[in-house]
Amino acid sequence: MTRKIVIDPVTRVEGHGKVTIHLDAGGNVAQSRLHIVEFRGFERFVQGRPYWEAPVLVQRLCGICPVSHLLAAAKAMDVVVGAGTGDGLPPTAEKMRRLMHYGQIFQSHSLHFFYLASPDLLLGHESDPATRNVVGVALTHRELAVQAINMRKYGQEVIAATAGKKIHGTGAIPGGVNKCLTEAERDALLHGPAPLNADQMVTWAQGAVDFFKNYYRKNKEFVDGFSQFPSNHLSLVRADGGMDLYHGVLRGVDADGKRILDDVDPQDYLEHFREEVKPWSYMKFPYLRALGPEKGWYRVGPLARLNTAEFIPTPLAQAEFEEFKAVTRGKPNNMCLHTHWARLIEVLHAAESMRELLQDPDILGGELQVKGRRRAEGVGLLEAPRGTLFHHYRVGDDDLIEMANLIVSTTNNNEPMNRAVNCVARALLTGVKEITEGMLNAIEVAIRAYDPCLSCATHAYGQMPLDVTLLDAAGAVVSHRRKPGR
Amino acid sequence: MAFVRFMLDGQEYLAEEGAQLVAAAKDCGVYIPTLCNYPGVRPKGACRICTVLVNGIPHTACTTKVVEDMSVVTSTPELEAFRKSIVEILFAEGNHLCPICERSGNCELQALAYRYRMTVPQFPYLFPKRDVEAWHPKLIKDHNRCILCKRCIRGIFNEEGQAIFAFGKRGDRLIINIDPETSKDISDELAQQAMDICPVGAILRKGKGFDVPIGRRTYDQQPIGSEVAP
Repeated sequence: MTRKIVIDPVTRVEGHGKVTIHLDAGGNVAQSRLHIVEFRGFERFVQGRPYWEAPVLVQRLCGICPVSHLLAAAKAMDVVVGAGTGDGLPPTAEKMRRLMHYGQIFQSHSLHFFYLASPDLLLGHESDPATRNVVGVALTHRELAVQAINMRKYGQEVIAATAGKKIHGTGAIPGGVNKCLTEAERDALLHGPAPLNADQMVTWAQGAVDFFKNYYRKNKEFVDGFSQFPSNHLSLVRADGGMDLYHGVLRGVDADGKRILDDVDPQDYLEHFREEVKPWSYMKFPYLRALGPEKGWYRVGPLARLNTAEFIPTPLAQAEFEEFKAVTRGKPNNMCLHTHWARLIEVLHAAESMRELLQDPDILGGELQVKGRRRAEGVGLLEAPRGTLFHHYRVGDDDLIEMANLIVSTTNNNEPMNRAVNCVARALLTGVKEITEGMLNAIEVAIRAYDPCLSCATHAYGQMPLDVTLLDAAGAVVSHRRKPGR
Repeated sequence: MAFVRFMLDGQEYLAEEGAQLVAAAKDCGVYIPTLCNYPGVRPKGACRICTVLVNGIPHTACTTKVVEDMSVVTSTPELEAFRKSIVEILFAEGNHLCPICERSGNCELQALAYRYRMTVPQFPYLFPKRDVEAWHPKLIKDHNRCILCKRCIRGIFNEEGQAIFAFGKRGDRLIINIDPETSKDISDELAQQAMDICPVGAILRKGKGFDVPIGRRTYDQQPIGSEVAP
């Protein structure tokens, strides 16, 4: 008897997705897929709107990392208004945008690790699902929970100061920004009363990395072995190979570290990328054109970024980077749960970067916006919390947007997430007669490591109940378990 | 200059004879909401949101002149409900997507919606299919947001004194267009005046968007009406 297991939707991720696992008559996993079952259509309804609306419009894709979309669209429109392809902005404008972006990385990564992922690590992925959540973490690890809330709050305050408000601000506009910081705003973020100041955030970020390393030492076998598979990795890096989450060139490496995409200008992305459509998902499957869909898929996000970058340009994060790289002797790291480690190193890098920027006088004044010769097309890329984010627009002579193409981070991770699901399903479900809730959660643990934002990726709204149905070969329901959503 | 006595919300005031009731009330520190009214532009009474009771009879305050012994009531539960309904109708009738509108924070319609605590309109959204007119080198006319208040038609003229905005079509398809002839050589200043005279975000200057940060927009500072009656 073959069986089909459905996890619908996947929980503790942004948006709607479901997993189906087909078991053959021998109980072996025949096929597993992550389906994205929502459709949003932002690429279509930005068409016909004035180009300067694009940043504020497309950021409505998401309430978790709208800043990423705001900035990627603004970067694309920088090109359109003739403000250069990433290096033409006045120092104040670029630094304000970077500060906004690092605030975003800091709050989003903190949200993901502490609120969404940590219940699995702290409480165990097979623990009681009724308490395996952020409330459970708060009850058992109060100090950590308070720290997590404050870290997220600080990131949001940085965003509010730079973008105008915490969610869906307007700070980045084509050709620059619409504000710089006042001294009072700067002082509040840099030297504000504890714990909401830059030094405390660096200290807590360092503590978060240490927390994971301590967990790793105790659970090395599990962390290393869980959903490990070779893949390509892709991200932006600085021209000198350093990590840069705001701007750079595209670099790809394979599972052994060989460069498969070397320092490509984001404006040329279409020459190097293609997207495949599959009938069972609203989310596309991007791949490197030169390698084709079979071999050209890649991972993006924190793990990929630490695999492509040669160094991190802030001292504390660099020290952690070196320790991280030592685990794989400098080779790319293909271990899924190491993504959390990489993510926390980026939290540290973001904290250090924010402190550095807040100490820079340029953020207190200077030219805010530049424009030059108008162009018809612009591409804006940046490293969003979940990975490389592509925005591409074509604008008519009448200033209305004619075409938009968004390849969001989660879309880039589509194939890796499917592989991760398959990897865990095969390891845990093969030949098993009774499938427990904990086993199914392990599949979600693998997906969560990518911090997917499914709403962004498909361009819906709704609740996130967990609905698992076990069907026999004829499609009859053998068992059904449902956890209501919020 | 002759002055007349009149009653405003139960109190006696003096006003210049023939003064517009909206302006006279403002001088007395009483706020009467408006949308189609604009200082310096001949009043039209198009939107009806300034409706008050003059000697017990509803009148639009923008087109009513103050006369001796008139008694004006500017606010009753019925009047307030009426005004809220007008705001709701305007929202339901067009496509007003505040989150992506350049005018958000500076929009009089949005500010009035906040004043009247509008959440969801009591009327069904029509979601009309409307165009964005973008052929003009300096201006965009977004028909999705236009409330047909005619402020632009009545208040924006070229150097020859010709109106640069005009009605097009009829009935429920009525729109306000940019006149290609009279608007041909308008200055940046006039384009800005056109954008400023629009109470919503229906007239936009090309290339100009979101350059006033959140927190410094007109109604970030204080709610509409509080400049008259704090």
